[in-house]
Amino acid sequence: MKTLKVDIRKKCGDFLLVSKFETSEDRFALLGASGSGKSMTLKCIAGIEKPDEGSIVLGDRVLFDAKKKINLPPRMRRVGYLFQNYALFPNMTAFDNINIVSGDPIRTHELLDKFNIGNIADLKPSKMSGGQCQRVALARMLASNPEVMLFDEPFSALDNYMHTIIEREIMDILSEFKGPSVLVSHDRNEVYRMCDSIGVMDNGTLVEVQDKETFFTCPSSVVAARLTGCKNITRLEPDGFASDWGIKLELPDLKESIKYAGYRAHYFEMTDSEHKGDPGVFEVQVERVIDDTFSRVIVFRQKGYESESSDSILTYITGKDTSVDDVKFLKIIPEKLMLFEV
Amino acid sequence: MMDLSPLWITFKISLVATAIVFVTGLLLAWGITNLKKGKAVIDAVLSLPLVLPPTVMGFLILISVGTNSFIGKFLDTFGMKLVFTWQGAAVAAAVVSFPVMYRGIRGALEQVDPTVIQAGRTLGLSEFKIMRKVMFPMATPGILASVVLSFARCLGEFGATLMVAGNIPGKTRTMSVAVYTAMQGGDRELAYKWVAIIVCYSLIILVVMNCLPSLRRSRR
Repeated sequence: MKTLKVDIRKKCGDFLLVSKFETSEDRFALLGASGSGKSMTLKCIAGIEKPDEGSIVLGDRVLFDAKKKINLPPRMRRVGYLFQNYALFPNMTAFDNINIVSGDPIRTHELLDKFNIGNIADLKPSKMSGGQCQRVALARMLASNPEVMLFDEPFSALDNYMHTIIEREIMDILSEFKGPSVLVSHDRNEVYRMCDSIGVMDNGTLVEVQDKETFFTCPSSVVAARLTGCKNITRLEPDGFASDWGIKLELPDLKESIKYAGYRAHYFEMTDSEHKGDPGVFEVQVERVIDDTFSRVIVFRQKGYESESSDSILTYITGKDTSVDDVKFLKIIPEKLMLFEV
Repeated sequence: MMDLSPLWITFKISLVATAIVFVTGLLLAWGITNLKKGKAVIDAVLSLPLVLPPTVMGFLILISVGTNSFIGKFLDTFGMKLVFTWQGAAVAAAVVSFPVMYRGIRGALEQVDPTVIQAGRTLGLSEFKIMRKVMFPMATPGILASVVLSFARCLGEFGATLMVAGNIPGKTRTMSVAVYTAMQGGDRELAYKWVAIIVCYSLIILVVMNCLPSLRRSRR
């Protein structure tokens, strides 16, 4: 099967992009905060941007190789790229947008039918909704018969409902597609639903690549843990004192290299005052209560402890009645603590 | 009855000159936007006629297309002369109005959303096809405005035309030269007439150009 091998470096002003990964038939995701270099990596693969060093190889075709001075123009790469803002040709109808790429009206009609957009064939992009634009863009990408598909935050401009629908359509396309695909996203849920393996980008560098189960159960760094949605992260002192929370954690055999600890909000257990003093139980004060659609987020602070960092909060999701300034007892289960070196 | 030949001559010269600069301006503007290095220098050279005095432009044109020049000799083998002919006036008008066309079209092309062009490339379309089917249609209003403006510039051309084509009544005497000649000859009445015609002419052109954006909006 075709494998996409990327190993590139690119300098843009102060920003240094270092991206190295390999993906074959599985669905690969680049997860990272905005400005971390995810889109830049995709643009290098598509040939829109030129890396300074390294190589990009697709199957037996070299798309880019700095040493051998190979830099295939985008149109020769057969890399499908779905743009964040759709990038449809504004002067053409939906039909023409697809037909200029497919060059075959029969094929164009097939694609229009496939995406249920036959009814807007004669509309120009300015008259279409976001979902319709995205469908035309998808159909147009398929019309070019790509060997790799790249999705650059394809849902960022869609509302929640359209997001769900288009996501399903993209998954259908991907299940039929025999080739590598890369999704760029900052949404952990989307990535978990759509992809098999995940690469984490932090400040221009692709830090690690893992399959998604490992990635979500035991992330290997603070950055990765944050991207998986872990909100409680603290610095750790050698004796097990969590300096952002103001709590001494019971951690026998703590390795010296461990500098941070993380704990997922839903693993906190709330107990009452009779367990005060038990190992792993500590007294906290409710700082604020935020009602979310189907849950409630409570922000705690260790009573009387002031930390200079903004991380000095613990969040806990529950439905129970709580109000600000209440004193509560939280229990940490040591096995659920995640420990990080970086 | 006044001799209206300067009107027709001006019109003929402007049309031919605009046609020349449309083609050259379009190709060069497209070429420059695709260029990665040396943009600033080449752009400066192409825009030079905008700032040079008309007499300097006329002088340079005379030197390069005159009977003793390489181009002049080459054209002579076809029996064609540029000095003191309306064709020469057209060349002068073209050179002088070229920056107007080139800069206008270049601006219009640079307004085109780059991601749309990048999309075209990743979809396998050739550069030429992207230019023809995407860039130019998207830049059409700006291109049209540049055409109208350079046509207007050709109508108003005086200095370089006078130096290259002279002032031959019925042959190379354009409207702007006619005003000059009438004033020189003390015929104020004739000068007034030509001035009135030129003002009307130019006004109409500018009104047409101002109507272009609304044309674009209604087409959307």
